[in-house]
Amino acid sequence: MTEITVNVNGKSYTREIEPRMLLVHFIRDVLGLTGTNIGCETSVCGACTILMDGQAVKSCTQLAVQADGSDVTTIEGLASNGDLHPVQEGFWEKHGLQCGYCTPGMIMSGVDLLKNNPNPTEDEIRHGIEGNLCRCTGYHNIVKAIQYAAEKMQGGN
Amino acid sequence: MYPAKFDYYRASSVQEAIQLLQEHEDAKLLAGGHSLIPAMKLRLAQPPALIDIGRIAELRGVTQDNGSIKVGALTVHADVAASDVLQSQCPLLAEAASNVGDRQVRHKGTIGGNLAHADPASDLPAAVLALGGTIHLLGPGGSRQVAAADFFLDLLATDLHEDEVLTAIEVPAISGKTGTAYLKFEHPASGYALCGAAAVVSLNDDGTCAGASLCFNGVTATPHNASAVAAALVGKTLDDATIDQAVNANLSIADPMGDMYASGPYRVEVAKTYAKRALKAARDRA
Repeated sequence: MTEITVNVNGKSYTREIEPRMLLVHFIRDVLGLTGTNIGCETSVCGACTILMDGQAVKSCTQLAVQADGSDVTTIEGLASNGDLHPVQEGFWEKHGLQCGYCTPGMIMSGVDLLKNNPNPTEDEIRHGIEGNLCRCTGYHNIVKAIQYAAEKMQGGN
Repeated sequence: MYPAKFDYYRASSVQEAIQLLQEHEDAKLLAGGHSLIPAMKLRLAQPPALIDIGRIAELRGVTQDNGSIKVGALTVHADVAASDVLQSQCPLLAEAASNVGDRQVRHKGTIGGNLAHADPASDLPAAVLALGGTIHLLGPGGSRQVAAADFFLDLLATDLHEDEVLTAIEVPAISGKTGTAYLKFEHPASGYALCGAAAVVSLNDDGTCAGASLCFNGVTATPHNASAVAAALVGKTLDDATIDQAVNANLSIADPMGDMYASGPYRVEVAKTYAKRALKAARDRA
């Protein structure tokens, strides 16, 4: 067993874990934050995307010990004081989800994308979310949702 | 999918990592983990011990020195792709890195881990080979440098010894009228290269070809160097027809890989098309 301390959504957690525990299991099973989904488990689908030290990362392909000392943000940590993050709001307003399974990961990727490129073209959005698969193929409205967020975050709307 | 159990050690320096490698038989180094962890989850790899080198700051970053550029082994693909130094002086490596996986993968996967893993369908090996890059290794007996041409031995096999750490990749800065390009035909779901073509083209002042290099990922077990195509271009004026003819007449790839996605002969046909496109793109950028 190894002791790790991870700051998740602004709260510090110290836990004893097996070194082989994946970060996504630490988030879901140890901390009980089940908003982050497990999809393909092979680093392809992006359902498990979280922010680790501010960058989008697939948490099924990281060991929890690698996150020791890191700041992690999950979908539960995006809203502040009950106000949805603009990307969350975009998914609401533009019907950016159908079954919803890819949505937490898709939103985290959208947040990461807009942080690095606040005013992306449609092509840049589509390219930027290439690491997230929507099995419902609802990409059209996902792109609109991220465009909505980009406008809102730049003071539009 | 959980990996099999292993003992975990965190190295705070390269020397400590080498010492731990000597103490723990069959231990594997963990950098970004984006090749190793998937293999461990599928139980294709079950190392008894992992030595985490991911926090060794000295192994991270891009530095330049006298016409060559050194990229620390722990530099992640996103940082290679975004490096001002590489974009201006070795754009082929930056372009190849921007093709690896997706943005999440590029945030964690490292250039050293990628090359040490030597996946034939990855994007970096052909680029490093086409650039004439050098791999820096450090072991208990000291450091050694291996040319990329000698580093890749077979499918997932390299010249990296069990007690060595890959510390850096050194590539030359481009000079004069030189253009480069990396183009790939990728598997639509995984993004891995069915065929990736890395091209370097240098032009003389009169527009004729001073030198060229063309290498492929994804077609053979180790990156393929199409040196005959490159040689056929030297001295010529590189119009489209000349490039097409040089590729058609000189591109010969023995033992192409075939799998459920693409047969060997199909990959060779794709390689011909991508060779032409990459050489023309490199010429246009020169």
